[in-house]
Amino acid sequence: MSEPIIKIENVCKAYGNNQVVKNLSMTIEEGEFLTLLGPSGCGKTTTLRMLAGFERPTSGNIYIQNKEIQDTKPYNREINTVFQNYALFPHMTIFENIAFGLTVKKVAKDEITSRVREMLDLVQMTGYETRKPDQLSGGQKQRIAIARALINRPRVLLLDEPLGALDLKLRKQMQFELKDLQRKLGITFVYVTHDQEEALTMSNRIAIMSGGILEQLDTPRVVYETPKTKFVADFVGESNIFYGQVVEKNEDDLKIELENGSVLATNSYVQEKDIIDISVRLENLKLSLNPVEGFSLKGYIKEYVFVGNVHKVIISLLNGKEIKMNQSPKIPVLPENTEVYPYWNKEDAVVILSTGNLVFKAIDAPVYHMEKEVEAYEK
Amino acid sequence: MKNRKKINPGFLIMVGPVSLWMLLFVLIPFIYIVTISFMKRSTYGGVKLGFTFENLLQVFELSNLKVFGQSVLIAGITTIICILIAYPFAYFIAQKTAITKTVFMALVMVPFMINSLIRLFSWINILRREGIINRILMGSGIISEPLQLVYNIVGVIIGLVYTLLPFMIMPLYSSIEKLDLSLLEACSDLGAKPVTAFLKVTLPLTMPGIFAGFIMTFIPALGLFFVTDLMGGSKILVMGNLIRNQFITAKNWPLGAALSLFLIAITLLIVKLYQKSGGRMDELGGI
Repeated sequence: MSEPIIKIENVCKAYGNNQVVKNLSMTIEEGEFLTLLGPSGCGKTTTLRMLAGFERPTSGNIYIQNKEIQDTKPYNREINTVFQNYALFPHMTIFENIAFGLTVKKVAKDEITSRVREMLDLVQMTGYETRKPDQLSGGQKQRIAIARALINRPRVLLLDEPLGALDLKLRKQMQFELKDLQRKLGITFVYVTHDQEEALTMSNRIAIMSGGILEQLDTPRVVYETPKTKFVADFVGESNIFYGQVVEKNEDDLKIELENGSVLATNSYVQEKDIIDISVRLENLKLSLNPVEGFSLKGYIKEYVFVGNVHKVIISLLNGKEIKMNQSPKIPVLPENTEVYPYWNKEDAVVILSTGNLVFKAIDAPVYHMEKEVEAYEK
Repeated sequence: MKNRKKINPGFLIMVGPVSLWMLLFVLIPFIYIVTISFMKRSTYGGVKLGFTFENLLQVFELSNLKVFGQSVLIAGITTIICILIAYPFAYFIAQKTAITKTVFMALVMVPFMINSLIRLFSWINILRREGIINRILMGSGIISEPLQLVYNIVGVIIGLVYTLLPFMIMPLYSSIEKLDLSLLEACSDLGAKPVTAFLKVTLPLTMPGIFAGFIMTFIPALGLFFVTDLMGGSKILVMGNLIRNQFITAKNWPLGAALSLFLIAITLLIVKLYQKSGGRMDELGGI
C-alpha cells in the first residue's frame, strides 16, 4: 500500500479547560472516502478544521504526504473545504464564486473560464454562471460549493456536514452523487457527519468519535457488524445492548448472566467472570412463544410501530427494560401483552468487554433512538 | 363604500404620535421653508409677500459656491478620516464576545451624555497654543514653536471628526458584525491571503455600512455650523454657517430658506444614490 496522504499523530485540541480532541491518531489513505462520525460535540468538526488549518492543534502533529502542516496557513494547504452553510460569496455570481480559487492565484482568464465550465459540468450546473447564490436552492448551492472547492484540484477535499440542511430525499440523492464524484475524481474525501446512515452509505472507512476520542476506525461493514465499543454499537445502527457477566466459557461459546436472565453468545477473547456488554442488532433479535434453550429472557409485547419497510416490535422485559426488534410487516401481529421469549443466534450477538462495574440498571437501552426514527419517517 | 376598512384603534395609538410629530415638526416647517424661499426679504427679518426666483438664483452666486466647495472638502476629509478610524475599530469589536461588544459600544455612546458644546470647549483647551498637546510636544523638544491646532481648518476637522465619529462607527459596526466569518475562512481555504480576502470579500460586503456611515457623517458635516464657529474661530464657513448667517445676521430669510432647500436637495440626492446602490434605510439608524 502507498504512503497515507494524511497522518494525524497524538493530536490534542483544547479550548481553555475544555478538551475537545484527545490524543487523536489516525491515518487517511490516498483516494479513500473517510467519514468522521459522531454526535455533536464529539470533536469531529474540530478535527476537520485542524486539517483545513482553521484551528491549530494544542499538541501533536498533522502530516500531509509526510510534510508537517499544523503551522501552515489554510491558504498554503493543498486542501479545500465544503462548508456546512456553503459559505458562498453572496456578492459574487456563481461563475465568480467557482473561479475564486483560480482568480486569487492569478490564473489566465481563458483557463479560468474553461475550468469553471468543466466544474459546472461536473456538478451539473451548467447555465447558472450569472446567477447569484441567493437565487439558488439549497441543493444547488451545495453543488456550487463543491465545484468551488474542487476547482483548485486539491489533494484532499474536506466536507463539513454538507448535506445537513437538505431534505431527506435530496440528501439521499446527493449521497450517491458525492460518492460517484469521489470515485470519478479519485480525490481523498474527509467527510464529517452525525448521520450514521450517511456514513455507512458513502464511506470506505468510518472513524467514530465520541467525547474527543476515536472509538473505532474501520470499514462500514466491520463497524456495523463488530462494533468495538458499546458507544459504537449504540451509535451506529440500532442495537439492543445488554449488560452482564460471563458465567461459563466452553471453547468460544459463552453463557452469560444478565440482570434478567441468561443468554448465549460466542466470542474468543473474553474470559469467564468478565463483565461485558452484548449488542444485538434489531434485525437479529427473534421471538418465540416458548422458551428457547439457553435463553431465559421473558417479556411481553408492548407495541408494534410501523415504519414502512419493517415493523418495530417493542418488548417489555420482566424488569421493565424495553428491547426492540425489526420484523417484516408480513408476519402477523401478536396481541399486546402476549408472553414472548426473545432470543438470537449466538453468532449474532456482539460481545464487548465492559469498562464498567456490574451494576444492573433498570433501563439502559435508550428508546429515544426509535422515536427519532419514527419522526424522520413521518417527515 | 360599504367595505371601507375600519381603522384599528391600536394602530392609531402606535402610529398617531409619530405622524403628528412628523407633521408638526417636519412637514409643516418644510412647506414653510419652501414657501418663503419664493418670497421677498423684509428689512428686519421675516418676509414680504410676493413671488420671485431671485433667491434660488442667488444660491448659486460665486461667493456661495466657494463656501459649498469648502464645505464639501471639509466634509469629505472628515468622512474619510472617520472611515479610517472607525473601520478598524468596528472590525475589532465585531469579533469580540457579546459583553465586550456592549462595553465598547457603550464607551462610544457615553460622550453623548454631555452637551457637545462643552465637549468642543474642552477640545479647544487641549488643542490651543498653551494647550496640553503643544506643551507636551514642546516640553519633549519635538517642536520649538507651538502648533496651530485650533481656529483653523485643522481645528474644524478635528472637531467634526470627534463629533461625527460615532455615526460612522455604528453603521460600520452593524454591517461588519453581520459578516459571516465562514466566508473569510472560505477565502483563506481557497488560497486567498488575508489582504486579498479583505479586498475581495470583507470590503465589498461591508460597503453598505461604509455608505451608510458616509451619509451619517458627510451630510451633517455640511451643516454643523457651531463646530466651525468654535473650532474655526469663525474664519471657516460651511453651508450651515451660510444658512444661519442669512437668517440671523443678514436677516435675509428667503435666501436662507433657499440655501436650506439646496442643502436638502443634496441630502436627498445622496440618500437616493444610497438606496439605488442597494442600501437600506434602517441601516442608517445604526445598530
